[in-house]
Amino acid sequence: MKRQTKIEIGVGAFVLISLLSLAVLAFQVSNFTGWKDRPTYQVSALFDNIGGLKVRAPIKLSGVVIGRITSIEVDPASFKARVSMKIDQGFNELPMDTSASILTSGLLGDQYIGLEPGGDEEVLMNGDEIEMTQSAIVLEELIGQFLVKFGEGE
Amino acid sequence: MANARQKIQSLCQSTGQSSIELVANFGRGTLFILGVLSATPSALLRVDLLLKQLYVAGVQSLPIILMAGLFVGMVLSLQGYNVLVDYNSEEAVGTMTALSLVRELGPVVAALLFAGRAGSALTAEIGLMRSTEQISALEMMAIDPLKYIYAPRFLAVLISLPMLTLLFTALGILGGYLISVGWLGVDEGAFWSQMHSHVDWHDDVMNGIIKSVAFALLIAVIALYQGFNAIPTSEGVSGATTRTVVHASLGVLALDFMLTTLMFN
Repeated sequence: MKRQTKIEIGVGAFVLISLLSLAVLAFQVSNFTGWKDRPTYQVSALFDNIGGLKVRAPIKLSGVVIGRITSIEVDPASFKARVSMKIDQGFNELPMDTSASILTSGLLGDQYIGLEPGGDEEVLMNGDEIEMTQSAIVLEELIGQFLVKFGEGE
Repeated sequence: MANARQKIQSLCQSTGQSSIELVANFGRGTLFILGVLSATPSALLRVDLLLKQLYVAGVQSLPIILMAGLFVGMVLSLQGYNVLVDYNSEEAVGTMTALSLVRELGPVVAALLFAGRAGSALTAEIGLMRSTEQISALEMMAIDPLKYIYAPRFLAVLISLPMLTLLFTALGILGGYLISVGWLGVDEGAFWSQMHSHVDWHDDVMNGIIKSVAFALLIAVIALYQGFNAIPTSEGVSGATTRTVVHASLGVLALDFMLTTLMFN
């Protein structure tokens, strides 16, 4: 009987500390947001050049993450890159003339999409397209332009 | 001429023998695994047997897993800090430690230690039970050894390794925290917030848990089968125990490579 009690206490403590470490991994280490995704809506935008933008990159409004990129593909009609993104339903009052630009966090960081709200009365709905976009800054092109300017100056 | 014919004949014979042996082994293994799997539901009804095995496989593996996790996390953060400090981004040491532990080192190192600590003991125990004819005695008493011996051990391994992996990972991150924040002076807020924003629950933590369940399955099958298949002599049991550790460790590493290419590509 005594041995059985010892086993039960040991296994019970084992299960409890495992659950505790699962909770630590879920809430302290990773961004656990529940099993079900929060409601979102889809919008898309056309970019001339997406640089190194990747699927699942964040969408930021004033630096706060409000959504993620769901897919990136080439638009067959205009040969531009179509970036689809889902935005949290809590931010469903973005004006129609919101502009999207591809930015880089820090000098060497990952690229993300920054939204800049405009002043339109109408708001972006599910399936809408953001008209005003600004492509990623490609460092090589920038250096190329600088060299051309530098050569002309001589 | 006759000599050459004899040589070819014996070559054919030995190839045939080993092929038949291989197929027979494979068949025995598959039948054994199917038997254990079909006996597993009834093992859930005998909670006392399962608890005892959870205690032996899980609770008694705790000290080695916890100590190893702490030290692995400490070493990771120490080495990561040395590289990252050159780029002025030493806050990323938390992200690096957490990601490498959650994705790879946690499941793999915990599984390797578990194979050595609990898998070998399992094989030796079952092998000795067979060599001392305890399993035959159970069969004589009309007790199904699959339900009484194998299934509780199988379930216990399947349950305890993922739990030990969670503990290993959490302790490793704690070790990294102690070294980088407590000793090396990394900013505490940046340490946690960077980790929090870069480690994903579904992509990183869940995939790590899935990995450890797969490793547990592999270790359980190998350890039980080696014990079941051991030649019932002291030499046979020791050979089976060695094979368990070697096969399970290599299997874990190879399976980890395959799962990583599937999950993180």
